[in-house]
Amino acid sequence: MLNAQCYDSLVDLSAQIGPLTLKNPLIAASGCFGYGVEYKEAVDLASLGAVCVKGLFLHEREGHRPPRIVETPAGMLNAIGLQGIGVHRFVREHLPALRDLGATTIVNVCGSTLDEYVEVTKVLSDHEGVAAVELNISCPNIKAGGIQFGCSLTGAHDVVALVKRATALPVIPKLTPNVTDVASFARVAQEAGADAVSLVNTFLAMAIDVETRRPKLSNVLGGLSGPAIRPIAVRMVWECRQAVTIPILGMGGIASGTDALEFIIAGANAVQVGTANFFDPLIWNKLVADIEDYLRRHRIERLSDLVGGVEVSAFEPAWIDS
Amino acid sequence: MIVDIDAEVMANTKLSADYNVLVLAAPDIARQARPGQFVMVKPSGSFTPLLRRPFSIFEVLRDPSGTPGAISLLNKRIGVGTTLLWDVEPAGRVLCLGPLGRPFEPVDPPAEAFMVAGGVGLAPFATLGDALIARGTRTTLFYGARRGPELLYTEWFATRGVTLALATEDGSRGDHGLVTQPLQRALAARVSSDPVALYACGPTPMMHAVWKLAAGFGRDVQVSLEPVMGCGMGGCYSCVIPIRNDGGQRHFVRSCLAGPVFNASRVVWEDLMG
Ligand SMILES: Cc1cc2nc3c(=O)[nH]c(=O)nc-3n(C[C@H](O)[C@H](O)[C@H](O)COP(=O)(O)O)c2cc1C
Repeated sequence: MLNAQCYDSLVDLSAQIGPLTLKNPLIAASGCFGYGVEYKEAVDLASLGAVCVKGLFLHEREGHRPPRIVETPAGMLNAIGLQGIGVHRFVREHLPALRDLGATTIVNVCGSTLDEYVEVTKVLSDHEGVAAVELNISCPNIKAGGIQFGCSLTGAHDVVALVKRATALPVIPKLTPNVTDVASFARVAQEAGADAVSLVNTFLAMAIDVETRRPKLSNVLGGLSGPAIRPIAVRMVWECRQAVTIPILGMGGIASGTDALEFIIAGANAVQVGTANFFDPLIWNKLVADIEDYLRRHRIERLSDLVGGVEVSAFEPAWIDS
Repeated sequence: MIVDIDAEVMANTKLSADYNVLVLAAPDIARQARPGQFVMVKPSGSFTPLLRRPFSIFEVLRDPSGTPGAISLLNKRIGVGTTLLWDVEPAGRVLCLGPLGRPFEPVDPPAEAFMVAGGVGLAPFATLGDALIARGTRTTLFYGARRGPELLYTEWFATRGVTLALATEDGSRGDHGLVTQPLQRALAARVSSDPVALYACGPTPMMHAVWKLAAGFGRDVQVSLEPVMGCGMGGCYSCVIPIRNDGGQRHFVRSCLAGPVFNASRVVWEDLMG
């Protein structure tokens, strides 16, 4: 029998995302960690499972006018409008540094057209240091692009199938929660050849200043993120886990090791941390320590053994009434 | 290096009905802080408010041997976050991340320095004043508020050798009117070959007025802008400021990384003023 000391050293946090092995399941979520390099002084990027950089189009984008964020109870709305430097500047200016820092880099790919998703992905495939592409078909904040693919089953299928054909990189569509049945989108993504799915992006939302009677965001609508959305996101991950066999990258309000474990037990193979990174940028070591501690306490050797391990005795959706 | 400290509150001094100064034990931040830099703070352990707030580092406090051991923040009670920082008791804890941002560039003699503050915009000028005086630079603080009692810390600056030029809207102390009045006289009293560096922080309309006034005398201003910030680290792109680049094109830059200190002539004021 293993003694406790020996058992400790065996805790295995690695996560398998299709062909990609992450050293741990913790990923910085897109749009909440800049291009990663901004954090190099404060966070050891190589210690993260992966860094998912801000959404990139082919060309630079200015984004929306401020105010771009507003706080809400245990959450925030954002309408940044995908300000960004474009994929060409990214591979030139930041990818080499990410490589040197030992980061596992996932790039969040945006497009106004199907072709743009393919073009951006091709540029990334031609450069060393990209571990996977995450297809942003779920940004609620821009008019053209993204969500029109994420809200139609055929749209989602086509983006994934086309990008998949254009690259050898793992392809991970990121799903929007702003649909009636997320699981059907996960299923379609799997059928189209996705290596994994990410969920959730933000919930379309609105906040009004009652004194001025004006929306608090310049864009009127924004996406809700943070602890406020966690229970809904967990539910959606759980639903998707039952619909697909491919890995799931779960997110939505994670701010502690316990929160991360909740997603993993619901069915996520890895998790992303977005908003919490704003108010707790050095959160990563704490998350690793908390998850390791949990595994030891529960005598679980591999984190992957915990994925989808929620014990549901009887589930009768019709009973949910209010 | 940027550090995050769950800092102990060493003192919370109420200066008026809505201004207080919080002293935080934060030696690693105090040691590195440069004038005009900021920290991201919120009281520990709550999601209300969710996000931290940017605060200029007001004072760097040293122990008797001269070693920096603490920083202070000048707080004005306005919303949820600032009310919590008004209420926090000594021995309480405040999360404090920093030091962050591009600092002011203090000038050396023979140049003179004009620091222009409006209201809580006084905050970055204690450290800047210290740095200027330490260099032997002649320094004036132009400082405006609504009423006399809202002019804070004037003794603090005076004892350090900073000349004061005050203004109040109700005329109870200094010039009767806006801070641009004494500033206008001082600028008019210098010839254009006299090197003067201007620094401003306060409400956006005030900084805009200061810049227009200074520009009329052919001078630029280093302004410290204070937009809403999400993270302070460049992660979220919410604190953007419209800036004109070398080609004259407008674009948004992150205030937390490219600022909070900007050359006023680069700022697209029409956009910033809404
Ligand atoms: C300010 C901000 C910017 C975001 N930008 C992107 C983005 O560029 N691409 C993307 O796929 N998701 C983006 N997201 C969504 C997050 O990656 C994440 O899916 C969502 O915020 C839920 O996770 P959280 O509650 O941990 O933040 C953004 C979220 C925020 C708050």
